[in-house]
Amino acid sequence: MSLIKHLFLAFVALLTLAPFVFMFLSSLRPGDQMVQNGLTVDFNVMTMTLSSYRTMAEYNEGLYFMWFKNSMIISVIQTLASLLLSSMVGYALAVYDFKGRNLIFTVVLVVMMIPVEILVLPLFKLSVIFRIIDTKAGVILPFVVSPFAVFFFRQYALGLPRDLIDSGRIDGCNEFGIFFRIITPVLLPAFGAIAILQAMGSWNAFLWPLIVLRSNANLTLPIGLQSLLTPYGNNYDVLLAGSVVSIIPIIVVFLMNQKAFITGLTVGSVKG
Amino acid sequence: MKPRTAKSTGQIITAKNAPYLFVAPFVITFFVFFLYPLCSTFIMSFQDIAGFGDSEFIGLKNYRSLANEQFLHALQNSAIYTVLTIAMLVPLPLFLAVLLNGSTTRFRNFFKSAFFLPALTSVVVAGLFFRYAFSSQETAFVNQILTKIGLSPMNWLFKRGTTMFVLVLFCTWRWLGVNIIYFMSGLNAIPPEQYEAASIDGASVLQKFMKITVPNLKSVIVYVVTISVYGGFSMFAESYTMFGSARSPGDIGLTMVSYIYLEGFNFARLGMGSAIGVTLFAIIMGVNVVQLFLTGSFKRSVN
Repeated sequence: MSLIKHLFLAFVALLTLAPFVFMFLSSLRPGDQMVQNGLTVDFNVMTMTLSSYRTMAEYNEGLYFMWFKNSMIISVIQTLASLLLSSMVGYALAVYDFKGRNLIFTVVLVVMMIPVEILVLPLFKLSVIFRIIDTKAGVILPFVVSPFAVFFFRQYALGLPRDLIDSGRIDGCNEFGIFFRIITPVLLPAFGAIAILQAMGSWNAFLWPLIVLRSNANLTLPIGLQSLLTPYGNNYDVLLAGSVVSIIPIIVVFLMNQKAFITGLTVGSVKG
Repeated sequence: MKPRTAKSTGQIITAKNAPYLFVAPFVITFFVFFLYPLCSTFIMSFQDIAGFGDSEFIGLKNYRSLANEQFLHALQNSAIYTVLTIAMLVPLPLFLAVLLNGSTTRFRNFFKSAFFLPALTSVVVAGLFFRYAFSSQETAFVNQILTKIGLSPMNWLFKRGTTMFVLVLFCTWRWLGVNIIYFMSGLNAIPPEQYEAASIDGASVLQKFMKITVPNLKSVIVYVVTISVYGGFSMFAESYTMFGSARSPGDIGLTMVSYIYLEGFNFARLGMGSAIGVTLFAIIMGVNVVQLFLTGSFKRSVN
């Protein structure tokens, strides 16, 4: 019985891991084979080559690396900004009793429930008016404060001991000082989880960057890789090598700290 | 002696006005990037507007124009996709979570990580792989396997049924691990005494599952279904990646959001796009309200 269970689990694991393995192996095949046969099952150890990676690096004078860099910059900035701003809002909602507190919290909940996809048309117009089309700012700004992160930080902050804040006041810190010097270290686990959630979200974002980014050099990785499939020819080799290179960093970081990733990405199930 | 007030000590940021400064970022972005676009979408849905040109108020005309074949395809595709993905992504992860949670299960962390890995990929990267694996060529991955076991290759992304199959399979592959984790944490919260008491009463494995496990997991299931409804109806990137564009042969891959994108950016019919958006919003809200009502979870933990 236990053997059957483990065999079944192993089978499912095989299915979930198979695409990664085949993607990697396919990136090692000679480019012309890819064009001819697409993604096939046969692998000839003899003809394995790193040519796809070379093509990827040389593609359009290093365009791939521009995309990679853009994605990196946007992810980092968006994550940091979101962490800072969302934690401030969540903290304030939890700790201070001020007029409008409940209203704002309700608004946060409402925003969480509304699909952002229905806002993209007016957001596009706004971005044009603010002249942030085709810029990193355009990608980041509309979503710089995440209502989900605010909710999460609020819940977390609700559990903080009040003495922390009071001791800060006694020591003469102003409110921002209290937040930055006393509270932030205590919020570190929450920062960790939200950082991963936000970073993954930014790295993999598709719809909004697709709409805002226009010129080739400004694209992020997902949009850029997409654009490789043109009606004029498919750059399979660049695509596969590019895909592998875009996943490897994430997988490596994941394997180093699986717990943090899993907590971060499933943080939504934290109740009440 | 004069009391030390904030004013007298010259503090600018006091305990009184600090909260307003703290929440300012959210309030500002809310008004600029949420409330205004939300109202704008609503207003534009009643207009004939093409970008930055003149807008003409046309009342319900856009909504009436929704009675077309494309909208029907989009609605059908999104609805069927949502139902199928929920059907796949609740029972299967639950079953796997129960298996993984079993006391005799070894290599638990390996399995957890293996199942979770797909969630880390970008939709585009993974989608491109699925797109080429399911390509119609005989030599493509899946077709090759089919021919090897004696079946004939299929025109995967050119027919309605097979396209939906690929899309649902892709979604299942991607989110299986995440849902397994949700269910596992839910399972861990079930007090073992309940199972022990049931064993004493002679309950079978199935009875224990149906009468203890499932009811205890109700809130997790509701949560998973809610985000699946949201995810299913707002699906766009997966389909776009499969077809390389918002358009697909016979609109087999057209989703509600694809339709918004098409109308808004390919045809510059912002009014129409907004009308679709409002409709989508109503549908998602409606489904969620019905769901909350049916499962009696109306009182959310707002406190």
